[in-house]
Amino acid sequence: MTGTPSHCVVEIGGIPIALHTNDSDFLDRVRQRYAGFLSTSPAEVELDFVLSERVRRGEDDVRVHRADSLWTFERGDFEARWDPRSGRAEVRKNPNPYAFDSVLRILHSLILAGRGGFLLHAASAICDSTSTTEGPPARYQTAEPRAFLFSGVSGAGKTTLTRLAPPDVTLLSDEISYVRPSRDGYSAFGTPFSGELAKPGENCSAPVTALFFLEKGLENRIDDLPPAEAVRRLMRNILFFAEDRELVERVFATACDFVQRVPIRRLTFYPDSRVWEEIGNFGPVPAHV
Amino acid sequence: MSEIYISRSTNIAARMLAGEMMVMNSKDSTFFTLNEVATAIWQAADGRTPLRDIVNDQVCAQFEIDSEQAQADAKEFVNDLAQHGILLVSDRPLSGPHAGEVP
Repeated sequence: MTGTPSHCVVEIGGIPIALHTNDSDFLDRVRQRYAGFLSTSPAEVELDFVLSERVRRGEDDVRVHRADSLWTFERGDFEARWDPRSGRAEVRKNPNPYAFDSVLRILHSLILAGRGGFLLHAASAICDSTSTTEGPPARYQTAEPRAFLFSGVSGAGKTTLTRLAPPDVTLLSDEISYVRPSRDGYSAFGTPFSGELAKPGENCSAPVTALFFLEKGLENRIDDLPPAEAVRRLMRNILFFAEDRELVERVFATACDFVQRVPIRRLTFYPDSRVWEEIGNFGPVPAHV
Repeated sequence: MSEIYISRSTNIAARMLAGEMMVMNSKDSTFFTLNEVATAIWQAADGRTPLRDIVNDQVCAQFEIDSEQAQADAKEFVNDLAQHGILLVSDRPLSGPHAGEVP
């Protein structure tokens, strides 16, 4: 249903993005979908969504490119133009509700790339160990919340691991993790972008203690990864859509910095809840130098 | 026999991490890790110095490698990286952003 223009602000990773539309049904769906991430902060980007039947349905690959300072995102079901100088974007979309989700991911990936962060194909969670019971090891009894990232190819165990998480673990995402540089390293933020769990993450953040690349096995084990291999795997899992040399180089520099500042390990795990004891006992340890 | 000149492509990003040189083609995100010998050649790829001299001065002088074998290996390495758009190769001195520059 169409009506007077209205808007809402969705804030992920501390970056508020406003959605303006005169499609009240679409806006209601967005408000429901992003309920935990609605914000009253002044928006950094203003998105004008225009429903257009001219944009066909389809699941084509997305194309993201820049001409001078104007970014264009195109996929079968939407076309968007974003001018970072004015902070405004116009999105023409067909009625497919997933278009907003895709536009948000692309926008955040571009904004983060310029700010030394990234979206990672990874689950993430916060271990706030103050609530653990039954005589946990001393290292587990820290008041500081610690975020862990769990990445890997499809089937490596991201969803399995998040399903096994104990109640004191706060899920940030089971599919796409949000990482930004912080004063002492990097922080992970919750996202509404969900995978198989179909459950949005919590809207909170914590410093990243480690990134684990997952493999299923017969035992729980944490192994070192050589720095070059860590960078290679990290680059493979960073969500980045743009055909833009300058930003690709920036993302590569960020990946190298991340590997130098955050421990990156291979986590082989047997799929039962004991793996979370192994995770909770991890760190602090030096990253690659 | 004509000389070979090599220069680093402008489409690459490179970082030294924990003693290893990592090179990425920013056009297609292909990624390479160079060993010590390859790194020495890479760093000397100024577009002006013939590959033969680079191998003699930067490889044979620093590593215990047979000269003939080193020249053959270097040509193979250079051709491989050129195919991936990481190095530019010419039978004449090259000019460009990285020509003459030693990282």
